[in-house]
Amino acid sequence: MLTTLLIAYPFFAAILVMLAGSTNAKRLALLSSLVQFGLTIWAWVNFQNNADVQFAMDEVWMPSFGIHFSVGMDGISMLMVLLTNLLMPLIILSSFKIEYSRPAVFYALVLVMQSALVGVFVAQDAFLYYIFWELALIPIYFICLLWGGKDRIRITFKFFIYTIAGSLLMLVAFIYLYFQVPSPSNFSHEALSTLHLDTHIQGYIFWALFIAFAIKMPVFPFHTWQPDTYTEAPSTGTMLLSGIMLKMGVYSVLRWLLPLAPLGVAEYGKLAIILSIVGIVYGSWIAISQKDIKRLFAYSSFAHVGLISAGIFSMTLQGLQGSMVQMLSHGINVVGLFFVVQIMEQRLKTREIGEMGGIINKAPVFATLFLIVLLGSVALPLTNGFVGEFMLLAGVYQFSPWYGAVAGLTIILGAVYMLKSYQWAVLGEAKEGFEFPDLYASEKIVLVVIAALVIVLGVYPQPILNLTEPSIKHLLETLTNPINLSLR
Amino acid sequence: MKALLAHIEISPEIHNGFTDAMPMLMAALILLPFLGFVFNFFLGQRLSKTLSGVIGSATILGSFIIAATFFAQSISGSFTSHQVCLMDWIEVGKYKFSFNFLIDNLSIMMMLIITGIGFLIHVYSIGYMHHDEGFSRFFSYLNLFIFFMLLLVTGANYLILFIGWEGVGLCSYLLIGFWFKNQEYNNAAKKAFIMNRIGDLGFLLGMFKILDVFGSLNFSDVFSAAGGFTANDPAIVIITVLLFIGACGKSAQLPLFTWLPDAMAGPTPVSALIHAATMVTAGVYMVVRSNVLFALSPFTMELITIVGLATALFAGTIALFQNDIKKVLAYSTVSQLGFMFIALGVGAFTTGMFHLMTHAFFKALLFLGAGSVIHAMGGEQDITKMGGLSKKIKITFITFTIGVMAIAGFPFTSGFVSKDEILLADFQHGKIYFILATIAAIMTVFYMFRLWFLTFFGSFRGTHDQEHHLHESPPSMTVPLMVLAILSLVGGFVQFPHIFGGHDYLNQYLSPVVTNTIQEIEGADKLEIEILIATCIGLVILWFITKKNYAVSEFKGEYTGFKKVLADKYYVDEIYEALIISPFQKMSAFITKYVEVIFIDGFVNGAGKVAQVAGSYIRLLQSGHIGYYLFAMVISIVVFLLLNTIIHF
Repeated sequence: MLTTLLIAYPFFAAILVMLAGSTNAKRLALLSSLVQFGLTIWAWVNFQNNADVQFAMDEVWMPSFGIHFSVGMDGISMLMVLLTNLLMPLIILSSFKIEYSRPAVFYALVLVMQSALVGVFVAQDAFLYYIFWELALIPIYFICLLWGGKDRIRITFKFFIYTIAGSLLMLVAFIYLYFQVPSPSNFSHEALSTLHLDTHIQGYIFWALFIAFAIKMPVFPFHTWQPDTYTEAPSTGTMLLSGIMLKMGVYSVLRWLLPLAPLGVAEYGKLAIILSIVGIVYGSWIAISQKDIKRLFAYSSFAHVGLISAGIFSMTLQGLQGSMVQMLSHGINVVGLFFVVQIMEQRLKTREIGEMGGIINKAPVFATLFLIVLLGSVALPLTNGFVGEFMLLAGVYQFSPWYGAVAGLTIILGAVYMLKSYQWAVLGEAKEGFEFPDLYASEKIVLVVIAALVIVLGVYPQPILNLTEPSIKHLLETLTNPINLSLR
Repeated sequence: MKALLAHIEISPEIHNGFTDAMPMLMAALILLPFLGFVFNFFLGQRLSKTLSGVIGSATILGSFIIAATFFAQSISGSFTSHQVCLMDWIEVGKYKFSFNFLIDNLSIMMMLIITGIGFLIHVYSIGYMHHDEGFSRFFSYLNLFIFFMLLLVTGANYLILFIGWEGVGLCSYLLIGFWFKNQEYNNAAKKAFIMNRIGDLGFLLGMFKILDVFGSLNFSDVFSAAGGFTANDPAIVIITVLLFIGACGKSAQLPLFTWLPDAMAGPTPVSALIHAATMVTAGVYMVVRSNVLFALSPFTMELITIVGLATALFAGTIALFQNDIKKVLAYSTVSQLGFMFIALGVGAFTTGMFHLMTHAFFKALLFLGAGSVIHAMGGEQDITKMGGLSKKIKITFITFTIGVMAIAGFPFTSGFVSKDEILLADFQHGKIYFILATIAAIMTVFYMFRLWFLTFFGSFRGTHDQEHHLHESPPSMTVPLMVLAILSLVGGFVQFPHIFGGHDYLNQYLSPVVTNTIQEIEGADKLEIEILIATCIGLVILWFITKKNYAVSEFKGEYTGFKKVLADKYYVDEIYEALIISPFQKMSAFITKYVEVIFIDGFVNGAGKVAQVAGSYIRLLQSGHIGYYLFAMVISIVVFLLLNTIIHF
């Protein structure tokens, strides 16, 4: 019931925001997202750290097709819901200094998206999950299309088509699996993940789902929509996309790809790791020569997600647990980084690193908080980024030392482009007549919270690890279950 | 705090009142500097500079007192080795990483050096940084550095060591780029961080290998299980080589040394504390800490010896003709670190630690002395523009002279004793090592004498303003100089050669933790006497040579031929730039333009175009956007089938 509430509440809040009109849209949206966050914390407090699906609800929805409205949270889902609902108030508050046109529509869309995202993370029925998956795309599509930058129409269209193409592959796979379920046919996760199809078929399933999720994350070479979209989207949209939406792809690998096609993973997982690692190096390498700081962070995000993906396909406990922590950390850090971009762009009317410089002289608080987020992003120990990256790299290393070594280049390359951007944007002498007001109250709250999370999660990550470990262990057990592998 | 100290591990053998208090003391030791950081960082600007500096220094003094208590108790035998757990950190499956700390004789020795010298340098900084607007920021970073450095040397597993390891790297970055308005300095800071990260990747992979082989990163687990391995076992060789790569980055050994000379961009106390006395010796400490592993890998030991020797010689030659007072000292540091690694490589771990300690004394002294000179010269660092300063700044001159004596190896100074031990160990290992190390030692004498004569003798070569401005530094600066001078003179007593009536206290003190693999040196006494005589002769000869050339009234400092190659540092930076950095950046632009935009995205757009064109036909059949939708679906199924066919082919 609680889970359903977490889906329904933002949706109704969205309607309320629409009805209430433009003047209070921001504040109402923020208030709503805070209530949602409170509900989430309450759920977390009452969550038992075991592998069971909790707060579950299962109602028949379309009986003739065996489609259920089946939702519930295990540790992995709980973490994703926590991530979504933690970031949402920050994202909304971070937009307070922007005057979006038609704010009621804008914030209603944001809240609808929140509802759909939660739905994706808690659905236990493949068809329901698919509905939420597509539903989440619609608000962000409009946000990018209506409030984006100059080149928004072409780029948003590409983003939309690319993602839809991937989703359709997934739909085909789900429908195929649906017909394999012994009578009565249904879409439940349970039924689809216990089909024990042969390796050949699972290979198809693997590719259909992998491409769908690889586009969303994105994994090399399915990523080219991402830097463009991140750059063109309005700041809030970029945060939604990078902070939460890309985690849909990562989460779906864990929830659907691995259990539905374990033999496919056994067969092609290595290829997935290789693509992910190529993405790490490739993305970092490109980031180094980017001059637009938003684009630079977009490539950096792409590179970091490559490591998460590689850690998952290492199929080790460290790798998977690392991916859990890192999803949360990456979400927090990337929202921080794109917020930093927004602050600089608003004040300087440019995103070119070459045209900045000397900000620290005028805005030391901003410079310090930016540095903390940046250190989290380059995975300095005692920041959140380190905990995740250490475990991910340990997982990849266990899979293959050489892969671990190549993936490990991220700690060097990350430092190269991050410190470079910090140096030229923030450090140095301020030019004559250079003005850069230090943080306003709302901005300060967001960045202070983010910086605090960077350090708190870096020093005390254990609650997150405890939350997901039983579910991750359960997942690994089902994957290495002899019944699953005997058909090989 | 109670919850923090919930898990207390008491070693089974010894349990007494003091060991009960150790978790609390350990927490205080580490957290005091951290509190200093927090205080100065958040409140510093609202306080007077004096208060800010006093708090910064007092916290370090507090840590020093605790370290001294540990030391006193360890000598009296209250405990030999004690592990304290302050908090759990990361637990994943069978692996558990905690904030565990190890108090044993090795970590106590490092604690004393770090907090002792750290305290002196903090006090010195009160005077040196007095006119700087970033005063409290400076002290906050300095305190943060001590915090991380203490984590590094007290961590009871490789992961805590690594926290400190990267943390000091961060502080180094912040302090090299302390004057952030200057992009040259920022470049130096960035370079230091990135080069260290290259080494850190080695360290990180080493940790993964250790986890793989031993299933734990705890020193106690790893070292006790290491006994089951034979010499040169591939796993141990891989681990030690990877760890040593980490050490090369942090301790500026070939080929990762070029960041250290650039790091002189930071304020001089930073150069003294971080880039001479403590942080750069972290690599040495780490190898000594892991001596059980390294001893099992003669291959790595030989590698360390060669790298150390090569670094000592290479950096020594560069130092010969540098004109920047801090650059001379920087290359000298690289060279002396090479000496330490030579000692480790030949299995004389204690000797390496001994030189680490004496070097910390005299190099901190020399840097602080240089700072005093720079202070007097109004910021001038070029020794060709100095000269004749011995009469103007007497205390600085005398203490600096003692520093020069120690590093040059005047008989019975601390530097003499420790370097003498390294040479003896080399002699035992092989004559060629001995000869090469001796050459490096002779170069040390040469460049230090050159520096000394150019700075303090001859006649003043700077501007009139500078001459007028010359003054001795305030007591907050000169008192630390005096303390360090005394330590530099007599610090060798902890390991004085038997033949001169000394005793190897340090060997005994470290023996529970460190097992030297080098054999007892035959005829050591005779060799000692020979080295002593040779040293005296060498010093006299070099004295006359350098005095003639460098105690002068006119000095250009421009070189030609091979000397110019040395003065230009063998163009290593330029070579790295041309061979690595520049191609790497060009490649980045190339990938962006061709691979990313034209190839991959071109392919995607092409596919999209095809779909769009085909879609426009379908729209004739089915109006509206559904056409796109459907067509995308068809295309995706085709692609999907194609992909699978390709893969199964």
